[in-house]
Amino acid sequence: METAEQLRDRLMLRFPGAQVTLVSNLSPSAQHSLLVDPAHARDIATFLRDDEVLGLDYCSNATGVDWPDREIIETVKAKITAADGSEKEVEQKTKRMESGCLEVVYHLYSMARKQGPVVLRVRTANRTDQITLPSLTPVWRSCEFQEREVFDLFGVVFEGHPDLRRILMWDEFKDHPMRKDYVEPDDYEWEPTPHGEVLAKAKKHYPATSALATPTEGLKP
Amino acid sequence: MIAPDSFELTGNNPFAAPALGSHVRTVHDEFHGDLLEVSMGPHHPSTHGVFRMVATLDGETIVKLKPVFGYLHRNHEKLGENTTYLGSMPYTDRLDYLCSMTNNWAYALAVEKLAGLAVPERAEYIRVILAELTRLLNHTCLAGFLLQDCGASGTPLMYAFREREKILDLFESLSGSRMMCNYQRFGGCRVNPSAAWLTAARQLTGSYGEFLDEYEALITGNEILMARTQGVGVLSSQLAVSAGITGPMLRASGVDYDLRKVDAYGFYPRFKFRVPLGAHGDVYDRYMVRVLEMRESIDVLRQALMDIPEGPIMDPKAKLRGFRPKPGEAYGRIEGPKGEIGFYLISDGGPNPYRYRVRAPSFVNLTILEDLCLGHTVADSVIILGSIDIVLGEVDR
Repeated sequence: METAEQLRDRLMLRFPGAQVTLVSNLSPSAQHSLLVDPAHARDIATFLRDDEVLGLDYCSNATGVDWPDREIIETVKAKITAADGSEKEVEQKTKRMESGCLEVVYHLYSMARKQGPVVLRVRTANRTDQITLPSLTPVWRSCEFQEREVFDLFGVVFEGHPDLRRILMWDEFKDHPMRKDYVEPDDYEWEPTPHGEVLAKAKKHYPATSALATPTEGLKP
Repeated sequence: MIAPDSFELTGNNPFAAPALGSHVRTVHDEFHGDLLEVSMGPHHPSTHGVFRMVATLDGETIVKLKPVFGYLHRNHEKLGENTTYLGSMPYTDRLDYLCSMTNNWAYALAVEKLAGLAVPERAEYIRVILAELTRLLNHTCLAGFLLQDCGASGTPLMYAFREREKILDLFESLSGSRMMCNYQRFGGCRVNPSAAWLTAARQLTGSYGEFLDEYEALITGNEILMARTQGVGVLSSQLAVSAGITGPMLRASGVDYDLRKVDAYGFYPRFKFRVPLGAHGDVYDRYMVRVLEMRESIDVLRQALMDIPEGPIMDPKAKLRGFRPKPGEAYGRIEGPKGEIGFYLISDGGPNPYRYRVRAPSFVNLTILEDLCLGHTVADSVIILGSIDIVLGEVDR
């Protein structure tokens, strides 16, 4: 099977406007991946599926990865002229925020030609408002539930998915638990008769006058 | 094949649009009433756990069916990200709790790919032996449950569980636990099986064929089973490939794709065995493929138990404590009894994986449940679900 570099070059030739970047993998597994821009993702996926040589008819694994915003500290050496006229070399630290993203990874294999994997990655622009990616369910049906899971647990919105609903969490649930900055709700384990740590957490949610704030009293006859 | 309304089948299908199968019964009823929505589950004996099917019925025919799950969801993947690599090993037992040995192996394989660990020869043999015993155990249980779903209350299931018990005894004497084995390690296995254990395994392998003969004499040619399962829940090979169906279910639809042959992981290339394929892709084929797979598993076991060499069972380079793979990622997969079980790991160089993903075969195989059930009755949907072979611990994760 052709290497990831060869495949990237072939894709660049076939889709002139597309951005295809090789993401190299330094681990011994050496499963390198191709980062594809969202606008061309579905065309490239269809091409990979129908290609004579590759024939990647089977999408084994589709999953999300959360890359939170990162603070990058850069150190620059600068010369400063002190008050007495002598020059000093000082290290100046600058902080900048690198915007994070949500990434969806597809592991593609060929059942007909028994080869693979080709790893495809697609990234959102950020983690807050531009979180839409094209759905690959029309290309491989196996993405249907797996993309629903990514939507549910990571919050990626898949455009063109036939039935995009929460799948593991319940419909009324608000957050996306697999994100790195997810915080469990305080009254997650709220019970009618709370006790211990749960009681302390639950108390914060009710006014002090409420019977629920002091549930043991509420139970007295 | 009928697809859900919202699903564009032509765009999805790499080949031609499949014709409407003869298995789809149309309703010849001039008195169409209102559609009836029935919620089966989550607490229903036929759903194999806490699983719900919301079926819309036209008379007795299913016109829409939506699976609802997540009742057992504990965010296994988040737990994996907050635990060390080795700490996740016992958690993998709880995915598909019938097949903890293969779950362990799949996870160990992914980590070995990530960290570049080799496995000693004896450990590879032990892994093959345990994986094939797990396959026997899983398929035996499935055959029992399928008959239970068909209405054969008790007896076939008890026969199956009697045999399963013998394999569980072997697992218990080796790993200390019947179902939650926690046996594989990165770069090898935990306990070296004694000569007495191997003899017991050989005895079991030798007598398992007799049990299968007995079971098949009772079941395989049974007229009621044939009437209930043949032509029911037909899965075309095109849809199976596109929907990522794996394992016996895929092979029952006639697609020759067994990771033991394709990926040639472990020492499988050393053993001679055949890959049974179905012709029709219906429930009966799925049952039959599993029975034939069990016979091949017995063959593999016989060869492995005969050739197993002496030697170490752990890679000397492997570290149990302070294990930190270099940054990178790996996707490792094996042929579990239910299909392709894969683990996708991203390491950032820390003691915990940055991303820990389980590709669960039961979860992906459920994708086509609606397609299989459309046009059938509620009673058929129960055996179709049974033939997919799901374990909710793995579906919900």
